[in-house]
Amino acid sequence: MLVLAGILVIVAGFLLRFNPLLVVAASALVTGLAAGLDPLAILAAFGKAFNDNRYVTVIYIVLPVIGLLERHGLQQRARDLIAQLRGATVGRLLLAYLVFRQITAALGLVSIAGHAQTVRPLVAPMAEAAADVQDPDRDKNDERVPAMAAATDNIGLFFGEDIFIAIGSILLMKGVLEGYGIIVQPLQLSVWAIPTAIAALLIHGTRLILFDRRFRR
Amino acid sequence: MIGTNVIYLAAGLMFLAFATLSACDKANAKRWGNAAFYALIAVSLLFGDRIGNLGNGVLVLGLVAIAGSGAMGKGTPLTTSQDERAAESARRGNRLFLPALIIPTVALAGTFLFKAVPGLIDPKQTTLVALTLGTLIALATCYAWLKPRAATPFEEGRRVMDGVSWAAILPQMLASLGAVFALAGVGDVVGGIAQSAIPQGSVIGAVIAYGLGMALFTMVMGNAFAAFPVMAGAIGIPLLVHNYGGDPAIVAALGMLAGFCGTLMTPMAANFNLVPAALLELRDKNAVIKAQVATALPLLVVNIVFLYVFAFVL
Repeated sequence: MLVLAGILVIVAGFLLRFNPLLVVAASALVTGLAAGLDPLAILAAFGKAFNDNRYVTVIYIVLPVIGLLERHGLQQRARDLIAQLRGATVGRLLLAYLVFRQITAALGLVSIAGHAQTVRPLVAPMAEAAADVQDPDRDKNDERVPAMAAATDNIGLFFGEDIFIAIGSILLMKGVLEGYGIIVQPLQLSVWAIPTAIAALLIHGTRLILFDRRFRR
Repeated sequence: MIGTNVIYLAAGLMFLAFATLSACDKANAKRWGNAAFYALIAVSLLFGDRIGNLGNGVLVLGLVAIAGSGAMGKGTPLTTSQDERAAESARRGNRLFLPALIIPTVALAGTFLFKAVPGLIDPKQTTLVALTLGTLIALATCYAWLKPRAATPFEEGRRVMDGVSWAAILPQMLASLGAVFALAGVGDVVGGIAQSAIPQGSVIGAVIAYGLGMALFTMVMGNAFAAFPVMAGAIGIPLLVHNYGGDPAIVAALGMLAGFCGTLMTPMAANFNLVPAALLELRDKNAVIKAQVATALPLLVVNIVFLYVFAFVL
């Protein structure tokens, strides 16, 4: 039970708003010590995992291109394009993006969109522009529109990618089941992601359509 | 073979450029904090495989010390004003989208083409290699078309990066914490607690405990991948599959999807929930999570119902 102390450290640290990097390091130390590990062994285990997970940080490689295009007016262009489009609303725009993200993720194309690649430079400014057209007097400090753009990217990704047979989660499930002597094919797992993908589209899609009502003049 | 070596080289050199430009940014009172932080990330990407596990651990302590002491600030790279951007947007028109679309197009084409040339690209890294390649082609196109000074793309990249700041490595830190949790046996303890919470002989009770357990433990770990082996071992395989005869493919697939609902509701899933809030410069760091909860909760219920119906009713 003592090893759960690290979870308490995480929860308390986040609630008390300490720097999350400090909280994570403290939690690793507490967890390791509770399990009777030597401090140096904890540091080495953490260092090894940090090195193994460097690929998570590679996504920022797109920032020089995105930043440069922003310098030359990319976000303004995205806004203007939507402002010219008749009938464009936040809800319809994000619903179209949700469908695009689910379908491409289901085909295994998870990296063609994302928060750095598409949401910041394109989708969020487009959504804000659509909201401005729907309600020119809306509160400019309202963060719900960009937040909903990011949320839609996550939901489209999560409930699309599991339909693809070679995605990490499918391979993990296959591996874990094999450990118990149960052999399943990736396709057997991925077909059971389809009903949930449809449910995600219906639930989040409904929310997006209802989201439009907030911006009705 | 082209794989992580090339990807980490490109990303490492970029962070080295961020570090150098930060160090030269005299208008930023905390420039040395930013420079040191980016330099350490560059070292990790360029030399991580050569400095040993302990060396990497010390490197992490350095990153934590810089971020935890509040030594990082926002740099002041020279960029264009909103009016200049609006004018240039009107002048250049929709062609501005083309370089941004090169990245996904190459990522898409690369994913398929690399499979046709086996041996050239590490098959485990095709997506990241294609993304890196797409970025380099887009960057070259931007240099040729927009004719910026050599350092300008990196100054602009640093502007966006400073907005993300230390949150940039939070996902990598949390993944590493997961490794320490696994080493300490946290999963076994959590699995034991989940098992003891199920009423004897109740199929629906076990299904609910498994689905909620996946979501809750994913919220703690920030990652459904870490929660799945634990919940499968505690409830999914012994109870739902062996005792009650559920189809293992259904139990596994819907359990994982219940976990994904948890991912939408936790700051621990930093790369999906906190990093985008930083990238979009939102004041409320939890704004993305708040936007997701109303989708995640009903979807969690749907997953639990689907699991029960598909595995035990139909």
